[in-house]
Amino acid sequence: MPLEIVIASVMIAALVLYALLGGADYGGGVWDLFAFGRRAREQRTLIAKAISPVWEANHVWLILVIVLLFTAFPPAFAAIATALHIPITLLLIGIVLRGTAFTFRTYDLQRDDVQRRWSLVFSIASIITPVLLGTILGAIASGTIRVENGAVTSGFLRSWLAPFPIAVGLFALTLFAFLAAAYLTVEAPKRELQEDFRARALVSGVAVGLLALTVFVLAKSDAPTVRAGISRSWWALGLHLLTGMFATAAFYALWTRRYKLARVCAAAQITLILLGWAFAQFPHVIEPDVTIASAAAPQITLELLLIALAAGAIVLFPSYYYLIRVFKAE
Amino acid sequence: MDDLLAARSQMAMSLAFHIIFAAIGIAMPFLMIIAEWKWLRTKDEIYLTLAQRWAKGTAILFAVGAVSGTVLSFELGLLWPTFMGFAGSIFGMPFSLEGFAFFTEAIFLGIYLYGWKRVPPRAHLFAGAMVALSGVLSGIFVVIANAWMNAPTGFRLVNSTPIDVDPIKAMLNPAAFGQTLHMTLAAYAATAFLVAGIHAFMLRRDPHNRFHKAAITIALVVGGVSAILQPLSGDYLAKSVARTQPVKLAAFEGQFQTEQGAPLRIGGIPDETAGVTRHAVEIPYALSILAYGDPNAVVKGLNEFPADERPPVAIVHISFQIMVACGAAMMAVAVWAAWRYLRKRRRQTWLDSKWFLRALIAAAPLGFIAIETGWTVTEVGRQPWIIYGVMRTSEAVTPMPGLVVPFITFTVLYIFLAVITVFLLLRQVAASPRIPEPPAKEARLAA
Repeated sequence: MPLEIVIASVMIAALVLYALLGGADYGGGVWDLFAFGRRAREQRTLIAKAISPVWEANHVWLILVIVLLFTAFPPAFAAIATALHIPITLLLIGIVLRGTAFTFRTYDLQRDDVQRRWSLVFSIASIITPVLLGTILGAIASGTIRVENGAVTSGFLRSWLAPFPIAVGLFALTLFAFLAAAYLTVEAPKRELQEDFRARALVSGVAVGLLALTVFVLAKSDAPTVRAGISRSWWALGLHLLTGMFATAAFYALWTRRYKLARVCAAAQITLILLGWAFAQFPHVIEPDVTIASAAAPQITLELLLIALAAGAIVLFPSYYYLIRVFKAE
Repeated sequence: MDDLLAARSQMAMSLAFHIIFAAIGIAMPFLMIIAEWKWLRTKDEIYLTLAQRWAKGTAILFAVGAVSGTVLSFELGLLWPTFMGFAGSIFGMPFSLEGFAFFTEAIFLGIYLYGWKRVPPRAHLFAGAMVALSGVLSGIFVVIANAWMNAPTGFRLVNSTPIDVDPIKAMLNPAAFGQTLHMTLAAYAATAFLVAGIHAFMLRRDPHNRFHKAAITIALVVGGVSAILQPLSGDYLAKSVARTQPVKLAAFEGQFQTEQGAPLRIGGIPDETAGVTRHAVEIPYALSILAYGDPNAVVKGLNEFPADERPPVAIVHISFQIMVACGAAMMAVAVWAAWRYLRKRRRQTWLDSKWFLRALIAAAPLGFIAIETGWTVTEVGRQPWIIYGVMRTSEAVTPMPGLVVPFITFTVLYIFLAVITVFLLLRQVAASPRIPEPPAKEARLAA
């Protein structure tokens, strides 16, 4: 397999991990905003406890994707950063406010009004950021970013300020919220809290389904190549069937209160959705003008990068495993 | 404000903001684990309190540093896409390595901050050591990437496209060692002096509190050693700048004419239109000696270079003077501290001096002033190039219009974060903890 495809696959893997780990942190922020009822405070405490030790590490997956993008596919990074300057800037503001508000809340006065103020910033940023993240991916997939001789010719607004990318953004938001609720059912220390998050998972699961449908319908006119990729090839059908199976299984498991199973199924569902997108867009980094091969850095850079990735993985995965085990093993 | 100026301002502001948190992120974990190690060894509660309080401060600062660092990694492309499109495959390597170092840092910081009761003491100390180590590595990798912009190697230019790319050679560029050493020492010196100054201030208000004395001692050992070594690394770096970027060295010194046996100028105001540096104290031959180790060496002046390849001289020269002055003052305080410590250690009274504590308080911000002015020297001194001699900053900027909007937005956002951070840190340190008596064993030993 050509090296650039190996690196691109690693980037997709890192993006999947960002969605499964970092995405759930954003979802936690969503449920912080929608904490209500008699156990609102307990819900918030559970969310904070789940996120605190891991969010910084989970967030680094995104940075890894970015540095791999600009090292292995420099022209693609340049084009994306130019065409999507505005949503990326907004995304960054969201990332800054989410991370700092969460930390400030932990270390500020424990008085209710102070805490509520930081919670509000944290949770609103947790909602806006995934929408922008999805919008950015939607724009890249939609085929509306046009690049000629390395220069972006499609302007700064048209590619992302459109129904399809924004629908993808909302889809990402519901997925993260669904994932977080599914995780929290497992981490909840008592039955009532489990029930709270089970209800939330079921509701957001329905929203996931509705938005998946919306995205699919909009893709017909707004992202025809990717839609063709999704619905055409032999593997696509299999992938869809599998995604649908896991989605149903996640729902069923939540319904019958098998939370650990629900967690696995929800994670598998999101992994398959991202893989489906990656396969549909293959071999393009940016539809339709920039391909993995055309944007790839020189072989020597890719080789060294692969060695660095292997060496990094040797340190990273045991450390990550240790982190998760220390805080999530119960 | 035109778009190029707005882009440069946004980059400068983002870097100036981030570097404070980055430097603290490099050095603070080291101070933390020294305190924790002393707690494990002596079982003296003040060291545990110290490690935990420092950890709280670090947690706040690390979060701000992590998100402002994320912003920077995107801003490279948002503001300078042409530069990244050209250079990504050559100098992206250290950034990728930094990604892993940062991962390690974030993972073990999570364990350190939230694992006090979940992991055994030695594992906890190990987690802290991993944070300290990966923090240093993160800094080194990022500075290597910057050094490449000053001394670009590892490729050949053919029709303004890079070929024969060699990322290893790019990482081992001639500026890399000098810059990384200088910045790492700067991070330790600046952070430790800031910590020592804050605790000196607290000690003045709450004399005899052993907590602050312990804090100052740890901070000054780390900061003092770094401050004393720093001029050596500075000298090494200046010599490498003389070789790789002679025009930048001339700007450091306000040297307009090419001169044999050039003097070192202390202070002074460069007049770029007249081509002279006025009101400087000149030490004869000193610049030739410092830059080339020979009193009769020729130092190239700014006039040797075309006008459109010279950096803005006044900003670079004055920033350089401020950086050196701060460094010299910190070294003086470090020497004073060493002298007091070695002379009075046994009497446990080495901190009982009003004037010494005042000096520590006064020296608290100096390291960070030196870091900010030092980076001004590095970055403004490289202008008009983004990659020295290869690509101009004006060629690299994004075609995006209206860049003044994100510049103002991020400035307002960062001012807000700075205010909150300072406020929360003040609340964390405001109260001196009530300190228990030293444990019996140590009391016996002391008696």
